[in-house]
Amino acid sequence: MSKISVREKLAILSDAAKYDASCASSGSSKRDSRKGGIGSTEGMGICHAYAPDGRCISLLKILLTNFCIYDCSYCINRSSSNTKRARFTIEEVVDLTLEFYKRNYIEGLFLSSGVIRSPDDTMGEMVEIARRLRIDHCFKGYIHLKSIPECDPALLEQAGLYADRLSINVELPTDSGVERLAPEKKPQTIRRAMGTVRGAIENRSEPTMRTKRKPRFAPAGQSTQMIVGADPTSDAIILKSSARLYSSYHLRRVYYSAFSPIPDSSAALPLMKPPLMREHRLYQADWLMRFYGFANEEILDGSPDGMLDLAIDPKLAWALRNRHVFPVDVNRADREMLLRIPGLGTKAVAKILQVRRYRTLRLEDVGAIVQSIQKIRPFITAAGWSPGGLTETENLRARLTPQPQQLSLF
Amino acid sequence: MESARKFAEQFTISLDSEMDFDGWRKAARTLALAGAPSSAVTFLTPSAASQFLFTEASSPLPQPAGDTTFNVSKIFVEKAQTASHHSDPDRYDFLYHLLVRVLDEPNLLRIASDSDIRRLEAMVKSVRRDAHKMHAFVRFRKVGEVDASDDEARYVAWFEPDHFIVEREAGFFMRRFAQMNWSILTPKGSIHWNRQTLTVGPPAKRSDAPAEDATEELWRTYFSNIFNPARLKVKAMQSEMPKKYWKNMPEAALIPDLIAGAENRAKAMVAAMPSVPPPTHAAIRDRHWKGAEMGETGNTLPPPANDLETLRKQAETCRLCPLHEPATQTVFGEGPADAPLVFVGEQPGDKEDISGQPFIGPAGQLFDATLQDAGIDRSTVYVTNAVKHFKFQPRGKFRLHQKPNGDEIQTCRWWLGQELKLIDPDLTVALGATAAQSLLGRSVAVTKERGRIVESDEGQRVFITVHPSFLLRIPDERRKADERARFRDDMIAVRELMAA
Repeated sequence: MSKISVREKLAILSDAAKYDASCASSGSSKRDSRKGGIGSTEGMGICHAYAPDGRCISLLKILLTNFCIYDCSYCINRSSSNTKRARFTIEEVVDLTLEFYKRNYIEGLFLSSGVIRSPDDTMGEMVEIARRLRIDHCFKGYIHLKSIPECDPALLEQAGLYADRLSINVELPTDSGVERLAPEKKPQTIRRAMGTVRGAIENRSEPTMRTKRKPRFAPAGQSTQMIVGADPTSDAIILKSSARLYSSYHLRRVYYSAFSPIPDSSAALPLMKPPLMREHRLYQADWLMRFYGFANEEILDGSPDGMLDLAIDPKLAWALRNRHVFPVDVNRADREMLLRIPGLGTKAVAKILQVRRYRTLRLEDVGAIVQSIQKIRPFITAAGWSPGGLTETENLRARLTPQPQQLSLF
Repeated sequence: MESARKFAEQFTISLDSEMDFDGWRKAARTLALAGAPSSAVTFLTPSAASQFLFTEASSPLPQPAGDTTFNVSKIFVEKAQTASHHSDPDRYDFLYHLLVRVLDEPNLLRIASDSDIRRLEAMVKSVRRDAHKMHAFVRFRKVGEVDASDDEARYVAWFEPDHFIVEREAGFFMRRFAQMNWSILTPKGSIHWNRQTLTVGPPAKRSDAPAEDATEELWRTYFSNIFNPARLKVKAMQSEMPKKYWKNMPEAALIPDLIAGAENRAKAMVAAMPSVPPPTHAAIRDRHWKGAEMGETGNTLPPPANDLETLRKQAETCRLCPLHEPATQTVFGEGPADAPLVFVGEQPGDKEDISGQPFIGPAGQLFDATLQDAGIDRSTVYVTNAVKHFKFQPRGKFRLHQKPNGDEIQTCRWWLGQELKLIDPDLTVALGATAAQSLLGRSVAVTKERGRIVESDEGQRVFITVHPSFLLRIPDERRKADERARFRDDMIAVRELMAA
């Protein structure tokens, strides 16, 4: 086999990495390079570019190698695929990260990998890359390691010393889905690895007696990803699965990745257009669980098929199914109830709570605080405003459904 | 209006630079103390002043009438300072107008629905967004030999901000690239860092910055390959990365072609027929996965094991009831295989589910402490649970314990039976109703049968008491102490039974 250039490797191994949804670089500890080394993280993530798929490019997201002994039907790198294979050396990944970082292209590295030889071998090399960046080069930027669940837990413990974030993909929302589409993976092994990471984060975040300082361990926490639309799992089951994952492993994020066509598909899994709107609705529902006080079972309670409505957002859908709790008085209702009003975000609710300490809110005042009052009007009362029968009108859903927009090509 | 009459006179204040917030602050303080209404005050920045044919000298400031000082909130000063970087030519007049209002209405800043506050917030937001985009979209080009060390090389960027933010954002780049020599050149001024000091320079031209950097070829390779053509969302891209920034980003030239080719690439992927696996696939299957499919599925009962270690291994993959899917792992019993005394709890909790060991959470710790008080050596006893997976209800970041139902207890009973058969203890202690039900095969009222020794169908002696988690849930402190003492007495009774 002829030797391929770094540029060719980069083409192959970034192409192979694009199915990972996460590119977050936020929420880590604060540090900078004034005392040496290179880089900084200041809490807020930075998206250094956007690709035409609308996704942020914050990190150098690559695979160490796309050789893989696993044969997961949905994955372009599965062993039965004819995709072109490549493998970076440790030094090449370190150099690319630093050279990109110095030119301000990226916040850091998101390293993932196919499993080559054995999980321990591959994970060991990934940890070594993170170690060299952190220790040898005093790299203060962001490092995300997509960990291999089958590896020795001791390697996960090491990975957390150098990485800001560790993630382990649950792959699919149900165990039966994993068994069918990723037959060599064991859902239980994946959960145990996430448990190991949670345990390590908790143990190390207890200040030691001697130094009182919190030793660093994956300060940006852990996350996971599941593929949506590759199997017939309903949204209700997906949300239930997410709620369990959040509560069990204290995840920062669950990423939903719409199953996307890959070159060289598997016979086991026919391709189709990725369900992007469904993915979007799942993220909205996920937000309702994490920031709006919705329990997972509430979101789709009363829906006929356990699927999120694609035409309207899940909070509006919930409100239309639960009209008896509306209209809500914006001058009196508590925060919990204000958060249930369609069209009101957490920031707008905070503003309403603040303003009404000094003024009684009229509909115009609410309109001045929010992006658009149209969606909110039927669900609130304010000084001088009552929606009357509007809340109960039959065509309310139709009136509040946004018109589908043509994708703008240019 | 007294002040309006008093100030028929107009004041024009020339500021030293676009970012002369301190000059504004000083003049504004004096004018406000003198009661000058905003209609009587005009601030001129150098760019605004240059539009007049003559340079206008600042008006002499009025003498303050009464007070010589006043206080406004820190947050107002911060927001006003941020807004002063905005490119709006009227910004200093507007900030003065706001200052006058804030002195009258101290809570004004909290009224998000007020139109002036909305304007202020919009300006602040716009400056912050511009700063954030500068952090994101500045692209350095290396000047010097390709492999020059960072001591010798210099990194230079050309950037075009909307607002007067270049100096304001120097700190971000100084913290991030402290050990590099760099310059950021913009039409609104430039900043230079030599690893020790920052120098602020005049506006620059695009041609002052280097035209290329060899690494950009790699960056473009990355940009075009990380893009998924099946997920085209041009609007989402443009709202975050408006076209005005594109001309200074080396990767942006690729965007039109990536968009144009996307649909066909996505269609071709969907249309392509699945291919025949490469020969390496069979080799990999042979080498790594031979016999893997033959492993335990956990869906049926395994053959009875001859030792505890084998039994533990078998239990790891158990899927006999639905509890295995939400839980992390099977939490099996722990302790010597020939322990004379076995404790059986209900089920593992949150901590046990994560670590895989029984009795290590809050209830487990209380249990340990009580055993010690009662003089029982924990290392000589075997502890296990009636149900070996954690049953819970998710609530945000926490998991609420749920009682296992009859079916779940019944299904898991087989494992407990095997454990007890292999250990064959002198005495088994049922901690709580679930354990008692599992051990005796009938529902047990613990309050009635507490402290009793009952013989199980398998001929084992079972001592019944409460579960330590019950003690943790008692809110009343006195009752809690009483119940703890009672539990300790039970443990002492157990020790005495063992000694007898």
